[in-house]
Amino acid sequence: MEQILNDLVLSTAWYFAMARGLLVIIILMSIAAYSVLLERKASAWIQGRVGPNRTSHPVVAWIPFVGNFLMKGGFIQPAADGLKFLFKEEPMPGHVRKFFYVLAPCIAIAPALISLVMLPFGQLPSGQIITLCPGADVGVLFMFAISSLGVYGIALAGWSANSKYPFLGAVRGSAQLISYELALGVSVLTVFLATASPDQDNALSLVSMVNAQTGAWNILYHPVAALIFLICVFAEANRHPFDMPESETDLVGGFHTEYGAFKFGLFFVAEYSHMVIGSSLFILMFLGGWHILPWIPTVGTGIIATLLGLGSFFFKLFLFLFFFVWVRWTVPRFRYDQVMRIGWRVLLPIAVANLIAYFIFYAIKG
Amino acid sequence: MAIKVLERRPLSFLEKTYIPQIIAGLQVTWQNLVRPPVTLQYPEQRPTIPAGYRGVPTLVYDPNGREKCVSCQLCEFVCPPKAIRITPGEILETADNTHVEKAPKEFEINMLRCIYCGLCQEVCPEEAIWLQGQYSMTGTSRESMVNDKKRLYELGGTLPDSHYKWDKKKAEAEKQEGGHH
Repeated sequence: MEQILNDLVLSTAWYFAMARGLLVIIILMSIAAYSVLLERKASAWIQGRVGPNRTSHPVVAWIPFVGNFLMKGGFIQPAADGLKFLFKEEPMPGHVRKFFYVLAPCIAIAPALISLVMLPFGQLPSGQIITLCPGADVGVLFMFAISSLGVYGIALAGWSANSKYPFLGAVRGSAQLISYELALGVSVLTVFLATASPDQDNALSLVSMVNAQTGAWNILYHPVAALIFLICVFAEANRHPFDMPESETDLVGGFHTEYGAFKFGLFFVAEYSHMVIGSSLFILMFLGGWHILPWIPTVGTGIIATLLGLGSFFFKLFLFLFFFVWVRWTVPRFRYDQVMRIGWRVLLPIAVANLIAYFIFYAIKG
Repeated sequence: MAIKVLERRPLSFLEKTYIPQIIAGLQVTWQNLVRPPVTLQYPEQRPTIPAGYRGVPTLVYDPNGREKCVSCQLCEFVCPPKAIRITPGEILETADNTHVEKAPKEFEINMLRCIYCGLCQEVCPEEAIWLQGQYSMTGTSRESMVNDKKRLYELGGTLPDSHYKWDKKKAEAEKQEGGHH
């Protein structure tokens, strides 16, 4: 016992792990916050508006030129939004099941944060991979296992709110996530079939997946799998046109109708974290991770390679988050039965057929 | 009338996948995205108000600086929400326009009641009350939303006049008086 305590408190490795964890959480949270800003700005531009351009702070406004730019770009807005969520009154509706009502947002955000540990972002100058869990060789399996736990948050929120719209939203959300999980998994299998060989170590890790893409990116070899994965990522992140659990026009606010203040904020962050994680997965598996362009990999060691790799990864992430918003204002929401039909009768058969086709192809090729 | 049956073309394979439509939609939203915004930054940028806009009702002077209202109270009677209160008064005998006889001593329009219908302007025989370009009325108390006579003339100012009704009447009266002598 004393030994364990000593290891926990005194071991420097443990502190480093905690610091790294905190750093990644902070980065994820700020990306989530700023993707809200991106969403608001891009929505405004698409609708011929300007978007948030008033929020500022005396200290920021005091900086010449930059302060004005920060205000016009709305860069202070996420801080204001976050503070609003923090300091708002937290109402507790009388008709909810209190324990589960409070538990639901925590369960929603925990999987989003946990699945982060497997995400590789780039390479250190020493050639080491920047990730929280460097040795793990089951990256993708772990991420799918954990991130689909997020649906428990939605289901619990809808049930504990004890009112009809959240309940309907939760039921829809659960059904949708289960339906699209299958097609997602099968489309990923196709890619791993191509990049991983049976005798290889770390066959299922995302790092080896990125390393396999130094030449052509996977999206060029597996366009069908990429498309299916893309659609499923939209569905898993509950984004338009698959925002069944929310669908504010027919379900008020969906599963978080009864939530307010910081509990709602947690759902909000969880949703955007799912977006970030889904797009990171797509980038790692189909868009070459931290490689700059197809056939132009970020190789070698040294600080420049590291910065280039990180830069291209986050630039792709930015483009992908923008794509989420762009699609949101383009494609109208599917009806619930259409969502189910696309999931079960279109995506899953195509994904399976795609897998079988690649099976046969590799069997003949040998 | 003969019924014309339209043959509906079956969807092609590509159309059934939605994908070309979605790409076309993305192009449309992209074109919207790169267009400049159509909104105004309101307090700094103001919209241009077209001529004939019916905003806040105001009282006006004629080009000679004479107050046109003769406090006949027609507007007060016609006003559907009873927003107008007029206290009639006499014009002093020493004044230039003493032949007009009456002018409002106090004229109040309660902008919390006004519905901007323009009936007061329509009914006014003197063309003294006008709904003009002012479109934004704000105040911090109920009292501040009641426009008194001073404020109404401030908002109204001077408008061109094509009749000079009371000048003509004065000239007419003087001529007739001259004919007697």
